Amino acid sequence: MASIEFVNVTQSFDKNVIIKDLNLKIEDGKFTVLVGPSGCGKTTLLRMIAGLDPQTSGSVLINGKDVTRIPPGQRGVAMVFQNYAIYPTMSVRENIEFGLKNNKVPKDERKRLVESISETVGLAGYLDRKPSTLSGGQRQRIALARAMVKKPSVFLMDEPLSNLDAKLRVQMRIELIEMHKKLGTTFVYVTHDQVEAMSMADTIVLMNQGQIQQEAAPEVIYRQPNNLFAAQFIGVPPMNIAELGIDNVMFGFRPESGVLSTEPLATHFQVPGTIVTREMLGSETIYQVKSEEQAYMIKCTEDRFVVDQEVYLGVEAGNLFFFGADENRIDREDGRFSSYLEALGGRSKVLVMRGQANG
Amino acid sequence: MDKKRIWEAVRPYVMILPAMTGIVLFVLYPVAYLIKLSFYKYNLMNKDKSKFIGTDNYTQIFSREDFYTALLNTVVYTIGVVVLTLVLSLIIAVWLNKRKRFNAIVQAGIFTPHIISIVSVALVWMWLMEPNHGLLNFLLKTFGLPGSTWLQNSSTAMISIIIVSVWQNIGYYTLIIVAALQSIPPSIYEAAALDNASKFQVFRKITLPLISPQLFFILIIMTIGSFKVFDTVKIMTGGGPNGATTTLVYYIYEFRTNSIGYASATGVVLMAIIALLTVVYFRVLSKKVHYQ
Repeated sequence: MASIEFVNVTQSFDKNVIIKDLNLKIEDGKFTVLVGPSGCGKTTLLRMIAGLDPQTSGSVLINGKDVTRIPPGQRGVAMVFQNYAIYPTMSVRENIEFGLKNNKVPKDERKRLVESISETVGLAGYLDRKPSTLSGGQRQRIALARAMVKKPSVFLMDEPLSNLDAKLRVQMRIELIEMHKKLGTTFVYVTHDQVEAMSMADTIVLMNQGQIQQEAAPEVIYRQPNNLFAAQFIGVPPMNIAELGIDNVMFGFRPESGVLSTEPLATHFQVPGTIVTREMLGSETIYQVKSEEQAYMIKCTEDRFVVDQEVYLGVEAGNLFFFGADENRIDREDGRFSSYLEALGGRSKVLVMRGQANG
Repeated sequence: MDKKRIWEAVRPYVMILPAMTGIVLFVLYPVAYLIKLSFYKYNLMNKDKSKFIGTDNYTQIFSREDFYTALLNTVVYTIGVVVLTLVLSLIIAVWLNKRKRFNAIVQAGIFTPHIISIVSVALVWMWLMEPNHGLLNFLLKTFGLPGSTWLQNSSTAMISIIIVSVWQNIGYYTLIIVAALQSIPPSIYEAAALDNASKFQVFRKITLPLISPQLFFILIIMTIGSFKVFDTVKIMTGGGPNGATTTLVYYIYEFRTNSIGYASATGVVLMAIIALLTVVYFRVLSKKVHYQ
């Protein structure tokens, strides 16, 4: 059990500054996911917690204690690597046992721990096999078992599911959630996949270019994104963004907030357009609607339209977002919000009328 | 139709024919001829006076003391060279594995002896090892240490030759081990660091097993090479002083003119010893080698 805190942390490699003056607190016992595009510094943060690449300046605290000078093996953390980093020359048992041996755990205790852990992760029959004879999923479990057996206070995971096939990934996702629930320890999980972040996290830390964009629960990030980046990174397809035409303000809406109709709608925002592509995904269908200025992605639960069909796209006022020139979201309470909403409503009427005139 | 089928069957043999011709002419035939010669008392001047004497040559080999001396010398030389080269090149390779610019220079420098002809190497070292005017004794004396007789004394001649061979070999084998070390993924070392492994544990449990295939390869190649040592001995000591550095191949060479049959028999024995050693290595060590 441990909380982690970054205080004014800077990390640079050969004058290449990856992270600058970052502050972050990761709560004890939470499943925290660091997510962002590649090169955003999320893995760097994780490796700083582990002590693999110590920070250039600032300090990392685990449970309130500065661990800058403590070597990785004595920080009470365990890590699952992207390529698993299993010791290829050791058997499964030796792999799991290695950390315990180094920590001078007595032999009987070791045997008991290894056996109970391997039972938990489903490796019981494979303890004396070499990792090279096992499948990708099983190797993943070795890596997990190796981390779990040390009873760490912090679990670090660096894109552990990215080498698995899609089906297994979904299954492991659920297992990881269950594992977190059972162990109750602090999990810090790095991924570039926002689906993984949304599905597993208690708290998402969204990063871009070495800076934290937003730190919130998945539903908060989804419903109240801090800025354009958060709005466009989270969600598949990402939020539709278009220019409002005033003060360099942008407006946006989620693909599932869009309503499609062959007749003009009574919604606040409305634009005529043509369906350019249709992706039928089973439970839902994703349409790309091209209006005069730009294309919008719309997610519908019904599959009523065909490609090349002329449609009206509408969004209710409650589902609209506005982003200022500084790319930050303008809050509903903000005085400017209603005026921008007004402006968009006015523009919609013009667009629809022009569309009808052309049609 | 039938012709085509015959061609299908014959084609692979036609394809390997050029290579096989070479092997038969220059490997298999000489070996067979060597074995044949080993059963003869062969007369180089007059072939017709050659006489089949059965296994007499072999009986003679195993009853002559100088053969055992040569065999013992070879074993001492091999153990010395193999152990020293392996240990030293492993240490140097581990040190060179840290990627620094300086290390690249050291690596190039340490490899250089390998591209110099053994004749030059041997001559230079003879000069260095000269007891009265040589640089080595001069250095030893400057540090207040007693000089050595090096090549001129039967008790120090063998170790002197071993030093020269190790010096010449070390760069090449270091290079192989460095390549092996660099193929180990860094994340394995990171995992070990998180597993709280000490440096010694990391080396013993992770590094060594991971480079064991290359070490095993070096062990076999070097054992075979050392058993066949000739040039260094020929140039530096001529097998002396008092037969102290006569190795098996040099022993064979000494009989090149007057008893070719006996020399051939010794050659066959040498071949058998090397084959036996290789088999033993594979039997004993292959379980400890981790192929991935």
